[in-house]
Amino acid sequence: MNRYPLWKYITIAVALLLGLVYTLPNFFGESPAVQLSSAKATIKVDARAQARVEEALKAAGITHDGIQLDTVGVKVRLTSTDIQLKAKDVLEKTFNPNAADPQYVVALNLLTADMKGALTKKLDSTSADLRTVMRDKNIRHGGINREGERIIVKFRDNETRDKARYAIGDSQPDLLVGETGDASEPKLVATLKPEALLKLGEFALKQNITTLHNRINELGVAEPVIQQQGQDRIVVQLPGVQDTAKAKDILGRTATLEIRMVDDSAGALEAALAGNPPYGTEVYSERGGQPLLVKKQVVLTGDRLTDAQPGFDNQTNEAAVHLTLDSAGARIFKDVTRENINKRMAILLIEKGKGEVVTAPVIRSEIGGGRVQISGRMSTTEANDTALLLRAGSLAAPMDIIEERTIGPSLGAENIKKGFQSTMWGFAAIAVFMIAYYQIFGVVSVLALASNLLFLVALLSMLQATLTLPGIAAIALTLGMAIDANVLINERIREELRSGMPPQGAIAEGYERAFGTILDSNITTLIAGLALLIFGSGPVRGFAVVHCLGIMTSIFSSVFVSRGLVNLIYGRQKKLTKVAIGQLWKPATATVNGKK
Amino acid sequence: MEFFRIKKDIPFMRHALTFNIISLVTFILAVVFLFTKGLHLSVEFTGGTLIETHYQQAADLEKIRGALGKAGFTDYAVQNFGSSQDVLIRLPLKSEQNSNQIGESVMKSLEAEAPGAELRRVEFVGPQVGRELAENGALALLVVIIGIVIYLAFRFEWRFSVSAIIANLHDVVIILGFFAFFQWEFSLSVLAAVLAVLGYSVNESVVVFDRVRETFKKVRGLTTPQVLDHAITSTISRTIITHGSTQMMVLSMLIFGGETLYYFSLALTIGILFGIYSSVLVASPLVMWLGVSREQFIVKPKVIEGANEDGAVV
Repeated sequence: MNRYPLWKYITIAVALLLGLVYTLPNFFGESPAVQLSSAKATIKVDARAQARVEEALKAAGITHDGIQLDTVGVKVRLTSTDIQLKAKDVLEKTFNPNAADPQYVVALNLLTADMKGALTKKLDSTSADLRTVMRDKNIRHGGINREGERIIVKFRDNETRDKARYAIGDSQPDLLVGETGDASEPKLVATLKPEALLKLGEFALKQNITTLHNRINELGVAEPVIQQQGQDRIVVQLPGVQDTAKAKDILGRTATLEIRMVDDSAGALEAALAGNPPYGTEVYSERGGQPLLVKKQVVLTGDRLTDAQPGFDNQTNEAAVHLTLDSAGARIFKDVTRENINKRMAILLIEKGKGEVVTAPVIRSEIGGGRVQISGRMSTTEANDTALLLRAGSLAAPMDIIEERTIGPSLGAENIKKGFQSTMWGFAAIAVFMIAYYQIFGVVSVLALASNLLFLVALLSMLQATLTLPGIAAIALTLGMAIDANVLINERIREELRSGMPPQGAIAEGYERAFGTILDSNITTLIAGLALLIFGSGPVRGFAVVHCLGIMTSIFSSVFVSRGLVNLIYGRQKKLTKVAIGQLWKPATATVNGKK
Repeated sequence: MEFFRIKKDIPFMRHALTFNIISLVTFILAVVFLFTKGLHLSVEFTGGTLIETHYQQAADLEKIRGALGKAGFTDYAVQNFGSSQDVLIRLPLKSEQNSNQIGESVMKSLEAEAPGAELRRVEFVGPQVGRELAENGALALLVVIIGIVIYLAFRFEWRFSVSAIIANLHDVVIILGFFAFFQWEFSLSVLAAVLAVLGYSVNESVVVFDRVRETFKKVRGLTTPQVLDHAITSTISRTIITHGSTQMMVLSMLIFGGETLYYFSLALTIGILFGIYSSVLVASPLVMWLGVSREQFIVKPKVIEGANEDGAVV
């Protein structure tokens, strides 16, 4: 009755072995590292890149503790943080000779990002809004353009200008409007009010922080610290040797989407290529390299997106990104497509300050409903990345990385040691008590607890999670629940023995009965964990991830592993008369409130 | 070894009203303290001042920490920044001072203990956790409550789910009340501990309820208080051993863990104690008063159509 088939033992053994393999690296401690990864989907970091790294470091006379090639890039471990900075500079020079067009990302673990351009972005979208206002009110204007930090609107006569001024004042309370120009060419000059400017800055910063959180911490285990520093800076701290290169890449990628009209008028492109573009247009290159003349006027920006998903084109089966626009965006898109039938529309993806025309299709008919598809010579990876960047929220203002440093642990080494040791002592005390109280079953329980810890740490290592205090709290909770499961089992077996069951039967019954309780209590706490995982953010989410994983490992180790051990010890003895589960005290008559 | 030699069921339910009144008073006090005193939030929630200093030689962080402690600063973080010579100091924002004043007084206090520091910059830093944490946190808590209520209602009975959730929230509010009353620093780690306590407490209630359900099913002819007494008594050894063991761990962290783990383990200690108390002495009486009875757990025998009184079918 208490025997496992061989495959169950093998499953347990394999699980333990895997756990050990993934846990081991944690014992070597963390050392400063520099990471190199590709900045473009087309460039692969492979063994050749690894060799180049090795050579470059050797040439510069930098000693390292090992170079590792994994799926995301090359990691170089170094002895001290001073050398780390040097190594980063060397690699930066070797791999990115042209700083303006980086092919690789070299990263440490602290980034400071600076944001400018929230203003220009806002003014661009305000210009677009003004155009809509003018059209709605039937006011004829001679062009709306942003010049520096001002928006200039031209008119034919003073009368329309006054009408426009009225309309702008009504619809855009944040704008400060003044009049310039002479009678022959009246103009309105609009700037943002100072208080609106301040609000804009704050809003942009807040939104960027949220977006960065979403982008960097999709899984919830990276525990990055992202906070405002000073007026216009954001500090991003990534603990441990994480995939910083990817974080940096994503951080720097301010993929914004813009939809503009193409200027296909005869001779205009040639003039532009000769260095003389017609007023209000600029040249972009299409994928594949052909130049295209695009109007500066932005029809739609990524702000109007509600969703972006990678997918495939229905007809051509090309990789594509499917976009969903919000209601205002959908309306604008419908208007623009209706008014521009048989003209070309360019969909621009602006990344790292450089624009690229993804596709420039001819508008065949009015497109309503707000569903737009971008396709055109994209790879599947590119479609995925683009969708992620668009979905994770666009940055309210483009950011530049202005500083990158390594930061020491915020806790003193002394403190970390103390914390670690106290946990060890606690665990030792529990082990001693359990073994004294439950004897052989106590040993089994302690082994099950240890294996639970092993599994959990292994899983966290696989996910590249960093242990922060919330994570440690979750481990403590898991340990508590695992202790509970073991105690429940042992107490149940004792109870069955007390009521006179033979040992083999008591073991089987004890595990079975306890399992129901363990399952119920664990599922209930798992519900709590899942809710925190889905709805929580930041540290709450970090806690929830470890907690949910911990429940899985706890059920596995306290039911499966512990049962396996007990079966291994007692299962083969046919005439088992006594089990070592500690002294049993039997009341003279077992009673339940006096009733037998 | 066998600690628990209990011959008869302990009549917990006889004193149910007393326990619940104690609970209610503690709960109300906790709420009052939360509203009047509020939580003493740590720098992670409030934001603060950042000071970057530079030393000619490698900086001794322990000495810097000591100097700040002596000068009366609290909740500071001292870290290496970029190289071993650069040091980053973070302090919570005190409303009466601005960043520059704090910078000056920090430099003054460093001069005495760890001289040679050169001030690089003083800046304001925003909170590590934004407002969305509070908003999302509230939503998460609501979903946790609804989820647990639904699951327990489905697995047990609605009376159990309602009692369990009341007992759990009672624990969480009481921990917060302690932190408000003593003005202990409420940091991210304490928040994590509170979440852990929520987990413990739910677990605790379910274990006791599981036994209640089993007793109802197995033993006939007992009154509801007797069933509850029996269930609690037969799980009491497990309750005490489990929590004793967990508490050993937490106590070890509390005593030997140093200042970082201090408030974290303190919150856990309070949580564990109240967790036992609430699930045994608060949740169970609530179930009783909500009118739990044996009938709710027994599957009614199917009535076969056309059967006579003996159940025989012709």
